[in-house]
Amino acid sequence: MLNSASDVLTSRKPEFALSMRVLVIEDDKEAASWLIKGLKESGHVADHACNGEDGLALAREGVHDVLIVDRMLPELDGLSVIQQLRQDGFNTPVLILSALADVDERVKGLRAGGDDYLSKPYAFAELLARIEGLSRRPAGEPQATRLEVGDLEIDLLARTAKRAGTEIILQPREFKLLEYLMRNAGSVVTRTMLLENVWDYHFDPQTNVIDVHISRLRSKIDKEFDASMLHTVRGAGYMIRAPQS
Amino acid sequence: MHLSLKLLRTSTFRLAAVYLIVFAVSVGAILAYVAWNTIGILEQQTDDTISAEVEAFAEQYRLRGLEGALDTVRRRSAQEEDGVYLFASPVGRRLAGNLLSLPAQAKGEAGWIEFPYAADGPRGVERHTAKAFHTELQGGFRIVVGRDVEERREFARIIRRTLFWALGLTVVLGVSGGLLMSRNFLRRIDQISATSRAIMRGDFAERMPLKGTGDELDRLSTGLNEMLDQIERLMKGMREVSSNVAHDLRTPLTRLRVRVEDALRTNDKRQYRAALDQTLAEADQLLNTFNALLSIARAEAGEAGEGFASVNLAALVTDIAELYEPTIEDAGGTLEVSAHGDVPVHADRQLLAQALTNLLDNALKYGRPAPNDPVTIKVVCSASDGKAMVEVCDSGPGVAVRDRQRVTERFVRLDESRSEPGSGLGLSLVSSVVKLHGGDIELLDNEPGLKVRLVLPIEDGAG
Repeated sequence: MLNSASDVLTSRKPEFALSMRVLVIEDDKEAASWLIKGLKESGHVADHACNGEDGLALAREGVHDVLIVDRMLPELDGLSVIQQLRQDGFNTPVLILSALADVDERVKGLRAGGDDYLSKPYAFAELLARIEGLSRRPAGEPQATRLEVGDLEIDLLARTAKRAGTEIILQPREFKLLEYLMRNAGSVVTRTMLLENVWDYHFDPQTNVIDVHISRLRSKIDKEFDASMLHTVRGAGYMIRAPQS
Repeated sequence: MHLSLKLLRTSTFRLAAVYLIVFAVSVGAILAYVAWNTIGILEQQTDDTISAEVEAFAEQYRLRGLEGALDTVRRRSAQEEDGVYLFASPVGRRLAGNLLSLPAQAKGEAGWIEFPYAADGPRGVERHTAKAFHTELQGGFRIVVGRDVEERREFARIIRRTLFWALGLTVVLGVSGGLLMSRNFLRRIDQISATSRAIMRGDFAERMPLKGTGDELDRLSTGLNEMLDQIERLMKGMREVSSNVAHDLRTPLTRLRVRVEDALRTNDKRQYRAALDQTLAEADQLLNTFNALLSIARAEAGEAGEGFASVNLAALVTDIAELYEPTIEDAGGTLEVSAHGDVPVHADRQLLAQALTNLLDNALKYGRPAPNDPVTIKVVCSASDGKAMVEVCDSGPGVAVRDRQRVTERFVRLDESRSEPGSGLGLSLVSSVVKLHGGDIELLDNEPGLKVRLVLPIEDGAG
């Protein structure tokens, strides 16, 4: 993996996310080519397999940072591909794509060894945010007790947050929200990702309730300071990153 | 022919036939035993009496001589109604007794005989049969002592006839009863299968006939009818959904299509962009509708899926309220939450959460007293009498009593102007989720405003 664990913790990341090599296992040609085009435009390298067998063979080369696997595939279905890979000892992060949106289906996908689940149809920004999040997920890294992004730091044990040495009082949920954003510092996290990971709700409420939570958090961590860290990425979600100096 | 064959093949008839055979054989055996025994005993008694009398006569003859014997015979003849007596001289002439002459059968020294004789009956002289013992006494005198057995013969005949008729009647009644029963049964089975065929042909209003006696066929029919009612409800729901889907999806799809067509006619990049933005928004709205429909379908399919677990309703309500509070406050409204303690329900947390967010979405959208007034929302979670209850109350115009039933149906929107975006599926989803959990939804007056009350059963084995 190109991103090391220390990058995650201290976010000495460059402005753009580092290039990833992504394997797309998807039988729908049009969907696949659209995906690959999008990935390339975002600065990543993409390989493509149209069926489960080929996909499994390519994935076994072990050169990819993230796999995007469709559930319904000819030859060998997506879940079997993932199970096979996990059995063979590969722990490459996997994003499952599926037209089956049920919570039960999601659970099945994650049980088979997938790391994240995205139901079709999806926004490309959502997919991109998720695979970037996945590729940065520290595999087997010891649990960090502190996270730092720029002059913002949180202590996961004491549940305290500080910016430039000043303590910031956060509600428990605000703390979880900030923690998730900081774990994905430098990458976009979507509203759906926040709902899933901070609130554990796997559906989208009709009212956009996340924005207000973000703006409250922003007023706590950014308002008193010169440079803002919590950014809204139009059409995609939010990103926390160290101020440019 | 066809019907009778069918009758004979019915299980009722077969059962009746087997039962009948067993019954007839038992009846026959019992009657035969009784008859054989009775007749046998009677015959034995007669024979014993005759033998005793013969002894007595021989004794009298030996002790008192001819006169004594004749005297006894005369006396007996007068006394014994059924008795048949003859005391004859060695040449066969009658000396005493009620028999006129020595029967032709009385040959040889001694023995049992049966012979016809003329008896004095109530209607004059009748021909009767007698059973007798004849023997020769000392001096060549002959006596015949017997009994009229006509009556007993008659009795045996009656018993045989009775036995025959009883058996005959049993068989006839059994067969016809069996046929009747089977025909009755068969007719009702035929009615049921005719009804089921009618239903298969598409007459879904048809129901299995009930006799009202509550017998097993009625119970079967009741069960089938309940099943049919449920199927009809589901089918009606499906039909409604498909027609509503057709309508409610066609409208935005048409709009979408017109917009794209419109944009294609121009050459302006900005218009392209605007059209695409709107198309994207429209597509998202369509997807939302679609997802809501799928969620409802899933909830209505009644699958208690893997997502079911013990959920603390009070904690979930608090959690959802916390998710919505900033949004409501930002809109100038207030959210009051009262949810304490442990209210355990067996539920799919995601579905229940979705139902609660739908209620809060609705309250936020329609709960204002006037268009620009701030909204006041109150959420209460409580438990009593084995029921968990959540109430979401708003301060809006409420829902008129006549609309309260209708509003939980799919695609029903009371907001005729459709000024707020929405699919008309929110309450419908809430309703189907609550029903999936074995609960109920009630729309009440919050005076003013709408109060939506969800009642769920508290999980077993918990407070």
